[in-house]
Amino acid sequence: MSERRIRVLVAKPGLDGHDRGAKTVASVLRDHGMEVIYTGLHKTPAMIAEIALQEDVDVVGLSILSGAHMELFPRVRQELVDRGLDNVLMVGGGIIPGDDMQVLEKDGFAKLFGPGTNTDSIAEYIQTEISKRWAAEEAQA
Amino acid sequence: MISWAENGHARFPETLEAIWSQVGRACRMGITGPPGAGKSTLVNELARMIREEESTVGILAVDPSSPLSGGALLGDRIRMEDRTADSGVFIRSMASRGSHGGMARAAVDAMDVMDAFGMHDVLVETVGVGQAEYDVVAAADTVLVVLCPGAGDGVQAMKSGLLELADVIAINKCDLPGADRLTSDMQEAVHLRTAGRDKWASPVVQCSAGKREGVEDVLVAVKSHRDHLSDTLPDHRRQKRIQQVRQVVGERLDESLWMKGNFGDQVEAMLCSGITPYAAARRVTQNLLKSAQENQSSEFQA
Ligand SMILES: Nc1nc2c(ncn2[C@@H]2O[C@H](COP(=O)(O)OP(=O)(O)OP(=O)(O)O)[C@@H](O)[C@H]2O)c(=O)[nH]1
Ligand SMILES: [Mg+2]
Repeated sequence: MSERRIRVLVAKPGLDGHDRGAKTVASVLRDHGMEVIYTGLHKTPAMIAEIALQEDVDVVGLSILSGAHMELFPRVRQELVDRGLDNVLMVGGGIIPGDDMQVLEKDGFAKLFGPGTNTDSIAEYIQTEISKRWAAEEAQA
Repeated sequence: MISWAENGHARFPETLEAIWSQVGRACRMGITGPPGAGKSTLVNELARMIREEESTVGILAVDPSSPLSGGALLGDRIRMEDRTADSGVFIRSMASRGSHGGMARAAVDAMDVMDAFGMHDVLVETVGVGQAEYDVVAAADTVLVVLCPGAGDGVQAMKSGLLELADVIAINKCDLPGADRLTSDMQEAVHLRTAGRDKWASPVVQCSAGKREGVEDVLVAVKSHRDHLSDTLPDHRRQKRIQQVRQVVGERLDESLWMKGNFGDQVEAMLCSGITPYAAARRVTQNLLKSAQENQSSEFQA
């Protein structure tokens, strides 16, 4: 009866205390019809993965401005995999140098967005990626 | 499984059947009240207290969907942060997805699932703004209404029908001025409704959830309501299930008769002929009832 909606967890791991960007992205995604769970600051990778599990989200978006991205992104991915959430799409944003971006995107990371990215394009990317996955799921079922 | 309930997945009913024998053990508490009254903060504190008694807690936090995009920002979790690390607490956020009854159904389903999976207490939070939100908390054993000073006077709470729903009234933010006034207003309102009648008189309890004060009194009041129900609880719950069945029947009828019947064109033609919406509705209903009767008699013959 009711339709399925994309559920997104927007999380801020690590120590930096700036969540303006994360909040903006969260409300843009909401305006694109997604259900966005916003967690607040200073989450550990384990907490983020636990919330992703409880909330059964399709996407986890991480915002990291502290420079600890090379450490935090892989740890969150690992925690997700530990909980059987390999299928969750990960996106990230923050001040991430191009080299790091390439490394992270290679490591099973869907997509990273630097500062100044058009926020609508983040929403569009998620929508395209998730509809592909849902179509594949349906084909399997 | 909660996602299936939310999405109205075709396989949810059979899955519920598989766990149905496990449903009914949890104590269910519905928490509602005006926006910003401190519901999430109070839920977090209640959950902490329940955990100290070594019980497990399931929390369902319902927030409104945007009427424009259909998306939602689910922020209740922020106030429940310190419960996230606790494995005895399961928190799930849900968007109301429009005012249609589907939300209430999905929320009750989600409570059933948490119940079946062994949560001792199940707490559901909704913003007290509309019928669908009321329906959700009304499905709980005990309804806790949270008010706070500064968000309009008590009259608004009475007008909105919130008080009729309340088994326990918590006056939150008692560190702020105006709390005593609101408390005595509410006490008087409860008294007027129940005096001399054989009815549960909802206790009015003061607390400051943000300061962790008075929360145990709220819990005591909830427990006293539960004790008050005791023997009548099964009946109390059955009455609420009847409402649920009625709602699902309504949805099924809508689906199988209205949606499949493709009445849009017919009705459009009727309206073009200049009859009122009521006259059109009467014709459609009569036709539906007639065809239902015909179906029945042909089944008898078969
Ligand atoms: N002064 C004071 N503020 C409080 C108290 N409890 C909560 N608050 C504050 O009230 C605000 C709203 O709290 P929430 O718990 O999010 O309220 P809510 O009713 O869940 O809000 P919605 O879900 O958005 O309707 C927050 O800024 C809290 O910090 C209290 O006891 N005293
Ligand atoms: Mg809240």
